[in-house]
Amino acid sequence: MERFAALLDALVYTRSRNAKLKLLADYLRDTPDPDRGWALAALTDGLDFPAVKSATIRNLMSERVDPVLWTLSRDYVGDSAETASLLWPESGEAPSPPTVSEAVDQLSRMTRANVMAELPKLLDRLDANGRYALLKLATGAMRIGISARLGKTAFAQAFDVAVEDVEEHWHGQEPPYTELFAWAAHGAAPPDTENRPLFRPFMLAHPLEEAEVDLSEFAAEWKWDGIRVQVVRAGGETRVYSRSGDDISGTFPEITRALDVDAVLDGELLVRGSHQGGETGGAASFNALQQRLGRKTVSKKMLAELPAFVRLYDALIVEGADLRGLPWSARRKRLEALAGDLDPDRFDVSQIIEAEDFAALAALRERARDDAIEGVMLKRRDSPYLAGRKTGLWYKWKRDPLLIDCVLMYAQRGSGKRSSFYSDYTFGCWDGDPDAGADLLPVGKAYFGFTDEELKWLDKYVRNHTVDRFGPVRETDKSLVFEVAFDSVHASKRHKSGLAMRFPRISRIRADKPAHEADRIEALRALVRD
Amino acid sequence: MPRDFSWIRPEPWGVHVVPADCWIDPSRPVDRALVTHGHADHARGGHGKTMATPETLAIMKLRYGTDEGALPVAYGETLKLPGGVSATWIPAGHVLGSAQILLEHAGERIVVTGDFKRRPDPTCAPFAVTPCDVLITEATFGLPVFRHPSAEQEISKILSTLVANPERCVLVGAYALGKAQRVIAELRRAGHRDVIWMHGAMEKMCRLYEDHGVDLGELRLVSDAKKEALRGSVVIAPPSALNDRWSRRLPDPVTAMASGWMRVRQRARQRMVELPLVISDHADWDELTQTVIDVDPGETWITHGREEAMLRWCQLNQRRAKALALVGYEDEDD
Repeated sequence: MERFAALLDALVYTRSRNAKLKLLADYLRDTPDPDRGWALAALTDGLDFPAVKSATIRNLMSERVDPVLWTLSRDYVGDSAETASLLWPESGEAPSPPTVSEAVDQLSRMTRANVMAELPKLLDRLDANGRYALLKLATGAMRIGISARLGKTAFAQAFDVAVEDVEEHWHGQEPPYTELFAWAAHGAAPPDTENRPLFRPFMLAHPLEEAEVDLSEFAAEWKWDGIRVQVVRAGGETRVYSRSGDDISGTFPEITRALDVDAVLDGELLVRGSHQGGETGGAASFNALQQRLGRKTVSKKMLAELPAFVRLYDALIVEGADLRGLPWSARRKRLEALAGDLDPDRFDVSQIIEAEDFAALAALRERARDDAIEGVMLKRRDSPYLAGRKTGLWYKWKRDPLLIDCVLMYAQRGSGKRSSFYSDYTFGCWDGDPDAGADLLPVGKAYFGFTDEELKWLDKYVRNHTVDRFGPVRETDKSLVFEVAFDSVHASKRHKSGLAMRFPRISRIRADKPAHEADRIEALRALVRD
Repeated sequence: MPRDFSWIRPEPWGVHVVPADCWIDPSRPVDRALVTHGHADHARGGHGKTMATPETLAIMKLRYGTDEGALPVAYGETLKLPGGVSATWIPAGHVLGSAQILLEHAGERIVVTGDFKRRPDPTCAPFAVTPCDVLITEATFGLPVFRHPSAEQEISKILSTLVANPERCVLVGAYALGKAQRVIAELRRAGHRDVIWMHGAMEKMCRLYEDHGVDLGELRLVSDAKKEALRGSVVIAPPSALNDRWSRRLPDPVTAMASGWMRVRQRARQRMVELPLVISDHADWDELTQTVIDVDPGETWITHGREEAMLRWCQLNQRRAKALALVGYEDEDD
């Protein structure tokens, strides 16, 4: 556990990706099984101990620390596990830290009934840094910038194997990944992945910044506003995976049931409707899809009212043939041929936009807002299907955002590295004429869109313009105008304003603009396209 | 009936001693200022008369270039002020010359701690517990998560980093007044005899400490060094220089920062620190609460810092307390 705790701290204080990779790779190389596998799973968010949740930490601390002091401390530190590790009363005995696998073993045997008695025993064996590492490992909320992808890259670097091979063999493997280590470190045969419906890493796009591309080299498609999914069928089983590789098959049974060909397909999950792209577009708004997301069980009514389908973008594997090395144009042909055999209620192919040249495409994209389409995708016709975001192959060209001037109302401290900054902003529009005494109505919340320098400035502004405080939240004097950019706005019963913005971010700080000149709520309401 | 101590009035820009018309650590120019210590947020320039310890006045002279109106008062010496008020400067253990100020009037005793700490510091006189009716205490680290480890333990991290990285240097960010000299003195105490390289902004303050009898060993300016000579050495610089262009002249520095804030990981990350050193010149939570217990005042007034948690602790321990809202005290670099 000491080595793991030291690794965790070193990762916290290391900024450069290469230095992080080296730290991780060294650890993976030098640490024995199964500790290294458990550590890797913990770092890449793969461990789950049902009895230990962040509420467990709070409950544990409420027996030991005054609740007000706990809350003040937690708000300041910005992280429950770290706060608890610092506030935990020292046992007074010399630390006798468990190994990572010993800790994992004990954590996994804890139950809700005994966790309050068992977890303290482990904590008592550790110092503050060890307690931090244990609690992080137990609750799975690492937040230290180690993505699954970085973990796999470090793994590849540690044992000098190709990261694509690591990705390929990874899915379907369970911590502590002993077979995977045996393959990479000791040259054993890779884990068997034939005939299993495994997730394959997605190919992603870069934003197109102020550049033009030649349409003879690039094909254009609409960028549909749903969620990117991968539908996989192998060995008689079908799975639907989200972009992060989460299995969402149960949430969309109509899709899972519909695929009857062994294949790995990439597409956009959408709900039937006429919002995006009009009647011919055939897709409802993201809002409609959102009502289907995150459900463990789906009612018949839901299935009837909000039927889902997948608009296919690409084919990775079809009937055992791996197409990923082929150019996009060849894969596209294969996809179009395959689509004819699929259930048309559940699958269609994303249309290619015919445009003479880039200027013509730009004009089409301009008009896309009326059709509620997010933007355009540009894919190099000769691009292979590669995991991750590769420069020069795929671009997303979102339509320009909508803008509105809002007034800062509340600010909340961020978490993680922003824990000392007021970095989450709630802003509002005027509910009538501000000069006639109208109030502001909150319309949204944003925590990005500004630079680090601007964040410092904003933090200071909030501190100097506070009129009231509610725990980690400050109410400001409503004097600062933000130009807020957002992709779309929808009617919402959940918000007092009756509106919900999609993807709002701070576009500009308008310190020059008086608050009463900010927009009224009608201006925002007029942009609703539900 | 509780007394109201109306002869002393906390205002946003300082503590006003009404009958004497003096201000303690005022953040704007006044006719008569009583100053606890030399940090810029407590010792502003431009007052008519400035009463402080000789060390503090020397620091202020170095900072502001003048000692006009300076009135030195040694530790333990009592100054008669107008309006039947007397003031005594008592060591606070924060930095060289730092003092608590004991005010007496009409049989009532009020102690203003200024900034203080309770742990041993080779560069200044130790804090002395002074009984009083009202304790006006700082609370910079007034949250129970702040428990500073021993300075020895933190200093040993510098030394082991030097050993592990002979090709690099350890660049320690430390506040130019107090923290820098303490880190140097603690390194010497731990047996580190090599040259310690300093940023130009620290030179005068280090010399001032030496003039007051604090032995800092051999110090040299980074600007006089060849890059090669800095490998395997300790370099000390103000926090603002850590990620500044200045540090580019150093051989692949391990960036360290000596500050109580380093206890919280994300604070260290914000400062781009690789080697956080929890070394503070302020009392930690245990020292703050122990001081209230030791001094055992009738009332505790809490200022600059995280007042809410200290206030809560006082409530939980049945101690009368209130929070003062003083502005102008920000100690981000400690």
